[in-house]
This record gives sequence, C-alpha cells and structure tokens, in this order.
Amino acid sequence: MSQCETPSPLMNSPGLPQSPEGAPVFAEPWQAQAFALTVHLHAQNVFSWSEWAAHLSHEVHRSERADDGSDYFDAWVAALTHLLAEKGVADEAAVLTLQHSWQRAAEATPHGSQISLDNDPLR
Amino acid sequence: MAGDHHHHDDHHHDHHHDNRYTDMQARVRALETLLTEKGLVDPAALDVIVETYETKIGPRNGAAVVAKAWTDPDFAAWLMADATAAIASLGFTGRQGEHMRAVFNSDETHNLVVCTLCSCYPWAVLGLPPVWYKAPAYRAKAVIDPRGVLAEFGVTLPEGKKIRVWDSTAELRYLVVPQRPSGTDGWSEAQLAALVTRDSMIGTGLAREAGEVVA
Repeated sequence: MSQCETPSPLMNSPGLPQSPEGAPVFAEPWQAQAFALTVHLHAQNVFSWSEWAAHLSHEVHRSERADDGSDYFDAWVAALTHLLAEKGVADEAAVLTLQHSWQRAAEATPHGSQISLDNDPLR
Repeated sequence: MAGDHHHHDDHHHDHHHDNRYTDMQARVRALETLLTEKGLVDPAALDVIVETYETKIGPRNGAAVVAKAWTDPDFAAWLMADATAAIASLGFTGRQGEHMRAVFNSDETHNLVVCTLCSCYPWAVLGLPPVWYKAPAYRAKAVIDPRGVLAEFGVTLPEGKKIRVWDSTAELRYLVVPQRPSGTDGWSEAQLAALVTRDSMIGTGLAREAGEVVA
C-alpha cells in the first residue's frame, strides 16, 4: 500500500467529517466501507465527481436529516444507492433483496462464526 | 493449558442476537456483494483504501485511557470496576452505548481479545478494526493457540505467564490495559500515551519500551 497516492477527489465530498490532520472520520466500520466503496467506484470511472457531488449534496440537504450530522453516512449510502441505480449498475430492488438476505444471514449465524450469505435460510 | 477461553459468565447473553446487521450495515454489504459479483469491486482493494484513509484518532482515545490508568490509581480502580463509565468520563463513548470491560495485564496474566464481527470492536476507543482482526483465522487460532498467534505478532511471553482469551460480543467489548513499561517514572500522561499502540490494547502486542520513543 502506498501512502503517497493522490487523495481521491472524494475527500472533497460535501460535508465529509474530517480530523484536524485531514483524514475522514468514521463513527463505525460500515461508514469506512461505504467510503472506500465509493472511492473505488469513482476511481474506475463508474461515475464522475460532479455526478457524485450532486447526488450526495441532494441527500445531505434533505429536510429529514439530523441537524448534528449524525446521519451523514446514511445520506452517503442513499446517494450511492441512487446513483448506481441511475447508472444502471445496481438495481435498487436487487440491492434491497440482498440487504435483507444479509440481515437474515447475520441472524442465523452463531456468534463467533463468519457471517456468510449462504447462511440466509431463504437464499 | 495454553489459555483460558472465557465466556464472560457475568453477563448473560442471548447469542441469537449477537449477529445482527443494522439496515445500513446490511445495505453496504449488499452493495459490496452485488458490485463484486459484477466484477466492479475487488474487496481487497477496499481494505487497502480503508487503511489508507483510516483516521488515527480512535486508537489515540484508547491510549489516553491506558495512560490515565497508569498514572492515576483511582481511575485505574474505576476502570477495573466499571470501564463503561470510566471511559465515558473521558468523553469517549460509542454511538450504541455498548458496554466496555477493561482487562489488565499483569506479571502473571496476558489478555488477548478476539471476535469475528467488526460490530464487536470498540471503535470509539480503538478506531477501526485492523483487517486481520476480522479474519476467521485469527479468532480460530487465538482460541486454540494464543501463544502461536502472539508469536506471529512477534510477542514472546515468559514461559509461566497465563494467557486469557476474551471473546467480544456486540454487547460487551474489551480493552486490554497493557503493563506500564519500566523506566517511565515521572512521565506525563501524554508521553505515556505515545507508548500505547492499538495492538497492545487488543493484546496482540505490548506497550512500546521507554527507549522506543523520544520522551
């Protein structure tokens, strides 16, 4: 891994929480995963910076968002989901089906075992 | 026996509920799965991106807790009795109000924490879990052969030292308080905190020696 790579333009995403050292701040691992996923897809030109910024900005500024920014990454994931659907990359219904499948799989997995989609009883 | 495997019988758990994904956790996994199947995403590349951007703030919180425990016996006693409250008093709380328990290394005992769920990791104190922590191989081996795992991390303990392995759950998470290195008398909390690595608070490492940092 190189620390010298140019930071992704996504570091300039509207509202992204950052530490004084300029690193993104994640409250939970899934947020880091969502960030990485977006950086990765952008680097492969699945969408452009301006497309991303527009979608994120729209989601972040919805009236039902929390004033303290605590649901920032909820907005991030919503923006990514809609953008990928719009691009025809990932159908929203398919994402939702998989999401529920992961939740059933997690519930069906005993503690200490790796959660795998194969554990979804309905899959 | 190489190590004890503790199931923290002081807390009763319904294990069925240990593994639960919130909507957001599941949504991100779903996107990752779908895009991986389409060949657009390489999960290994995601790990690299996370490591590249990961903030170092989390582990510094934990280090502050440990340094305070080393210098303030009252705080150490509080941390041992009620880690959740003692850690919260420093302003480090998880968003889900999870319970914390601090386990103290001593001349007799070394503590090691395992879990396969990243939801079992005390992010508020330790930042994001390292990639290896989430690997099934780490947990499996840590439970069976903790001494072997420590050797892989370059840690060799005295022959007679006992190793206790603590299995985190979504409800109860552990923080290892490493032993204070010798030669650090009179050091400030900030100086001491620089000796406390993330791995030393998981138990896969020891605190840095006094000579390893510029005091």
